[in-house]
Amino acid sequence: MTLAQIKELLDAEVIVGDDKLDLEIKTAFGADLMSDVLAFARSGCLLITGLSNPQSVRTAYALDIAAIIVCRGKALTDKFIDIAKELGIPILWTQYIMFEACGRLYREGITGCVREILVEDKTSAR
Amino acid sequence: MPGDEYLEGIFQVQGRDFVDAGIVSSEIKKKLKEKGIPESIIRKAAVVTFEAEINIISYAEQGTIQYYIEPDSITIEAKDVGAGIEDIELALQEGYSTADDSIRELGFGAGMGLANIKRFSDEFEISSVPREGTYVRSTIYLNGK
Amino acid sequence: MTLEAIVEQLGLKCKCCWEKLKRDVEGGYAGDLLSDVMANSSAGNIWVTRQVHQNIVAVASLKEHAGVVIVQGAVPDKDTLEKAQKEGIPIIVSDMSEFEVVGKIYHLMYHG
Repeated sequence: MTLAQIKELLDAEVIVGDDKLDLEIKTAFGADLMSDVLAFARSGCLLITGLSNPQSVRTAYALDIAAIIVCRGKALTDKFIDIAKELGIPILWTQYIMFEACGRLYREGITGCVREILVEDKTSAR
Repeated sequence: MPGDEYLEGIFQVQGRDFVDAGIVSSEIKKKLKEKGIPESIIRKAAVVTFEAEINIISYAEQGTIQYYIEPDSITIEAKDVGAGIEDIELALQEGYSTADDSIRELGFGAGMGLANIKRFSDEFEISSVPREGTYVRSTIYLNGK
Repeated sequence: MTLEAIVEQLGLKCKCCWEKLKRDVEGGYAGDLLSDVMANSSAGNIWVTRQVHQNIVAVASLKEHAGVVIVQGAVPDKDTLEKAQKEGIPIIVSDMSEFEVVGKIYHLMYHG
């Protein structure tokens, strides 16, 4: 579904990225722990998080995540919004809790994304 | 050790400076994009840098992150001054964390940092002296997937 | 809907306090930030999280959650299971991502 449809589904506000609402989203990753996002999320997904600090934007940027939806009606700082604008990451904002947001998106056919975990053992510590 | 002619940049990282966490990762990513490095490689480098940055911020007094671009690979080196790591094998385990609650509240401290760095590196080196500091080096091959 | 029904129908694994699975679940909460879970979750919730350290038991106990589901193949600490056993909080695990687990639980609870 598109970001515009997601906005409707989650009664969300578009904070950054008015011009990107036709972005197509197929997968989502829900997390408050950025290390998990770094380890497991796939590029192009929608990140659903309650973390409204600059690190979540930078995490999304590192992974080419398509957009972030901040849930729980968490207050956003100017810094957060500025960095999202600077890095070009659309931000949606909803009052729904993560449980509700994920539940609704799942119902609409959005699937979870988990990057393939590399199994080979790399060169070890000295 | 990569030669200095490949050194692309050095960044300072301040301990406990959570507000700026991820800045170095974003900067390196922008630079790599300019150089036309493949996206999947950039992503690995960005994740490795991010995690290394978070570790310095969470656990050290201060540190530096340097990155090198060689013909076949990118290398990221993180050095810090601080408490160091008592047991490296333990620290490398996924889920093992020495994070305090304040770190967890910011969304970090899940114990995935070093494991993530290792996961995305083609070559990985780590050494540490307790009460002095830690050194982490990650090399990512440009022809990797 | 009982915790047991959710565990069975989703193929989740319960790691302790199996006798408490007959509890009714009232709503769900997903999140990894303890202060947020403390402030905003409710009694009877099934709590879905990636956190594995023993503090989650204290939170679940305080908020009277029906149980905790740890996702993404994360392994609860030994301390966590011991504490959970003492407090009577079922700890359930899944290899699926938080999004998938929440999606399926939500579907079961509200449309199943």
